Amino acid sequence: MLKGWIILLASIAYLCVLFAIAYYGDKRADRGRSLIANPYIYALSIAVYCTSWTFYGSVGRAAASGIDFLTIYLGPTLTFVAWWFVLRKILRISKAHRITSIADFIASRYGKSTLLGGLVTVIAVVGIMPYISLQLKAVSTSFRLLLEYPAIVMPKTEYVPHFLGDTALLVAGCMAAFSILFGTRHIDASEHHEGMVAAIAFESIVKLVAFLAIGVFVTFGLYGGFGDLFAKAAARPDLAKLFVVNSGTYGQWITLTVLSMAAIICLPRQFQVTVVENVDEDHLRKAVWLFPLYLLAINIFVLPIAFAGMMQFPGGNVDADTFVLTVPMAAKQEGLALFAYIGGLSAATAMVIVATVALSTMVCNDLVMPALLRIRAFRLHEKGDLSGLLLAIRRGSIIGIIMLGYLYFRFIGESVTLVSIGLVSFAAAAQFAPAIIGGIYWRGATRRGALAGLSGGFLVWAYTLLLPSFARSGWLPIDFVAHGPFGIAALQPYELFGLGGLDHMTHALFWSMLANIGLYIAVSLFSRQGAIERIQAALFVDVFRWSGERGSQFWRGTATVSDLQALVARFIGNRRADRAFSEYAKGRKINLSKMPEADAQLVNFAERLLAGAIGAASARVMVSTVAKAEIISIDEVMKILDETSQVIEYSHQLEEKGRELEQATTELREANARLQELDRLKDDFLSTVSHELRTPLTSIRSFTEILHDNPDLALGERKRFLGIIAKESERLTRLINQTLDLAKMEAGRMEWQMERLNPKAVVEDAVAAVGGLFEERGIRLDVQLPFRLPMVYADRDRLMQVLVNLLSNAADFCDEANGRVAVWGSAKQDEISIGVTDNGSGMPKSAQKQIFEKFQQADTARRGRTGGTGLGLSICRQIVEHFGGEIGVESRLGEGAQFIFHLPMAAAVERAGAKGEQRHPLSQLIPAAGKRLRIRKKKEVPAE
Amino acid sequence: MAGPAKTSERSISLLLLGLLAFSPPLLLIFSGQSTIFGIPSLFAYLFSAWVVLIALSRILAERARPDDGARVPPPGQR
Repeated sequence: MLKGWIILLASIAYLCVLFAIAYYGDKRADRGRSLIANPYIYALSIAVYCTSWTFYGSVGRAAASGIDFLTIYLGPTLTFVAWWFVLRKILRISKAHRITSIADFIASRYGKSTLLGGLVTVIAVVGIMPYISLQLKAVSTSFRLLLEYPAIVMPKTEYVPHFLGDTALLVAGCMAAFSILFGTRHIDASEHHEGMVAAIAFESIVKLVAFLAIGVFVTFGLYGGFGDLFAKAAARPDLAKLFVVNSGTYGQWITLTVLSMAAIICLPRQFQVTVVENVDEDHLRKAVWLFPLYLLAINIFVLPIAFAGMMQFPGGNVDADTFVLTVPMAAKQEGLALFAYIGGLSAATAMVIVATVALSTMVCNDLVMPALLRIRAFRLHEKGDLSGLLLAIRRGSIIGIIMLGYLYFRFIGESVTLVSIGLVSFAAAAQFAPAIIGGIYWRGATRRGALAGLSGGFLVWAYTLLLPSFARSGWLPIDFVAHGPFGIAALQPYELFGLGGLDHMTHALFWSMLANIGLYIAVSLFSRQGAIERIQAALFVDVFRWSGERGSQFWRGTATVSDLQALVARFIGNRRADRAFSEYAKGRKINLSKMPEADAQLVNFAERLLAGAIGAASARVMVSTVAKAEIISIDEVMKILDETSQVIEYSHQLEEKGRELEQATTELREANARLQELDRLKDDFLSTVSHELRTPLTSIRSFTEILHDNPDLALGERKRFLGIIAKESERLTRLINQTLDLAKMEAGRMEWQMERLNPKAVVEDAVAAVGGLFEERGIRLDVQLPFRLPMVYADRDRLMQVLVNLLSNAADFCDEANGRVAVWGSAKQDEISIGVTDNGSGMPKSAQKQIFEKFQQADTARRGRTGGTGLGLSICRQIVEHFGGEIGVESRLGEGAQFIFHLPMAAAVERAGAKGEQRHPLSQLIPAAGKRLRIRKKKEVPAE
Repeated sequence: MAGPAKTSERSISLLLLGLLAFSPPLLLIFSGQSTIFGIPSLFAYLFSAWVVLIALSRILAERARPDDGARVPPPGQR
């Protein structure tokens, strides 16, 4: 049995847990070990968006019009998708300016205007009033429903006093107490309420778990899963029509999406948890997907519960807004029903607490304080510690706001569905969107524009949504709605200027936004900004550029340090003021006691410190009482703003130029070094070449002279001499040819005919070409090639040249009698290898390194005999490297040598493809480097 | 990690994708009596599109560069 006292006890126990969590959270914060400094708590606290509206109202809405309840959650998802543009910027601005509320944000942007702050506060309080009443209605209805268990009786709409008194009033009292205890513990310079945030994060878990529990029970307990439930619902025509959207609801779908997109930023409580209570900007990164995920989770079972409720209570005498509670009640699940009630209670309390704390801050900072400061009779400037006064104002306004919500509920809201009450508040909050979005992206938006837009939008909202709700509850003549005021049909609140055929919400949104945005833009275009406005506009719009403590350069303050500190202490208390000032001094390494006059920076610091406690507008007024902080003239402001932004622009460009220049210089230096090296090599080369050329020339010349001087030489002798001359000239020709080849290659002027070719065929051709030489010398030549070798990308003639060179080299180094040479090939991974092995004399390790250099031979003594030029291997290396491969030698003295070269497979070259061809203009100067094909291994290819 | 310009482009594209996915004409396509695994096609579509959007949003947020300027510490604090 669910007795009244059990329900009451459960409620009280739940509230006690909440108090305990909040208390613990605050204690942890005091000790500097924050409980809420992680992105998960942050995301859960943003889920304060899900109120009784979500918990009870979504099901009611789904039962009435199907899927369109979902728009309220898709909108915030879309806004969070665009976090990079809106939320991130708002967050950054708010941190830089110590924004305490949405009113503070708007007032601060438009020149710290007290008037604008006040207007925003009034709109927020009036607009949120229905929303608070919705929560009270939901809690009191659920409580009274549960009391009647096991009967399911809809609570009567008229006021019936209960044995516990008026339940809604009781609930309102509890919530006010909580808000006062944890929302206004002390005046904090950062406006963080860690205990409160911890408590609402906990509430977010409770309501989610409760809703999921009921959903699972309904879907899998009462029915056989989603399929079964939907199939049963589809059998009933009145439910089946909820499965689809019809084109008539287009307008409403879009309206609700847009409204909720705006609401997730513009509702004062969302601004409070998302922006003001944020402790680390980076938490937003996780919250942008965690929060939508939460919304998704809490909506999964809305439709099943709605359909189940409609099937369980076919008569229609049970309000669909109560299905979450009445379905478990009808199934005699007492525990679950109680859990559902607690879930609803948590959803409601979280909303009311955060909303009242946010609103009370606004009322205090942007409405009451400016007024008190303005009224000279209070002599507020001369009073001592004001933090007590601030707290009293906030506490008073919490009670006032909750009472307003209660009155709205008592006199107007009882007969209307939850969602339609909530939407009225959404539409009011959406009026802030143009001023906020325009404010952070449009530098030219003016204070007058924002004032005009907000007032216009608010008036149209009140006329098309708020007044009709009064009329329908009997507080205004109903004729007003039906026929327009004084019978003027064009002014009917639901069909303004004859705009009919739309639902009320779309109609109201259209007209209020037309007035709001229209006036905002038009008036902004035709009004001028004051000096402070210009500064603030620049600081807001370019927040990512003006990071840090900018703004001080615009003020010329003269005040004593002690005056400033005393002023701040009056609002945030002596201890906190002391700490803040000494930290400031420490951060700048200055001694405040030795500094009689506060500089502009310190004045600015004090103002921002105060802004955290009493809002930007009030802080401005307060600081101006002690510091004759004159703002410098508008011309100077413009100059500073323009100059600074230009300077920043220039310095960015200069930096960029500097980097480019530096890079170019490095490249030039490298190119120069390389050129000098090449130059030196050329010189060496020339001297070596001329030396090498002289040797055969000398021998040709001397033999020619002998022949010339001795005409009577024997025929045999003559023949021998002529043979030497022919051989030497042949060598000379070869030397010149090879020198030319090498020079061409190094200069990159060689013409290459690169193609895909089969290396096996080339090897076989080369073997055939040198076959005669081997036979002549009696050296055995073995060919060990696999059945097939992969294709390579090369110039056929040049590859042939390499092979012939290596083979004839091998032949030269072998003994004529038992010489053996083997040529072999293999393929591995991305490359093929071809080797030539001989059993000749081999070479020492030291020679192996140099053998590929020009005119370096392992055995100079042998040169004469073999006719080598000392350029062959050097050319081989050039060619192989040109093909993207490499060449090497392995040898031991007396045990033969093995020359191996590797070439990349054609497939690998094509893969590396276009990238290998990329060339820097400067590399043209470096012939060898520019022409070489670079093959990158796969893993080295960057992803982007 | 993506730079601010890249992240901006991706954010805008994702927002447009979301607006498109939840636009009435697309909903009409799925608005019918057919079911997917026993769930009416409209509901199935909306929830799965939602999941995809959240997943993409997560990828985008985690690849965005942590910060593009000095973080501003509130004066007198921490």
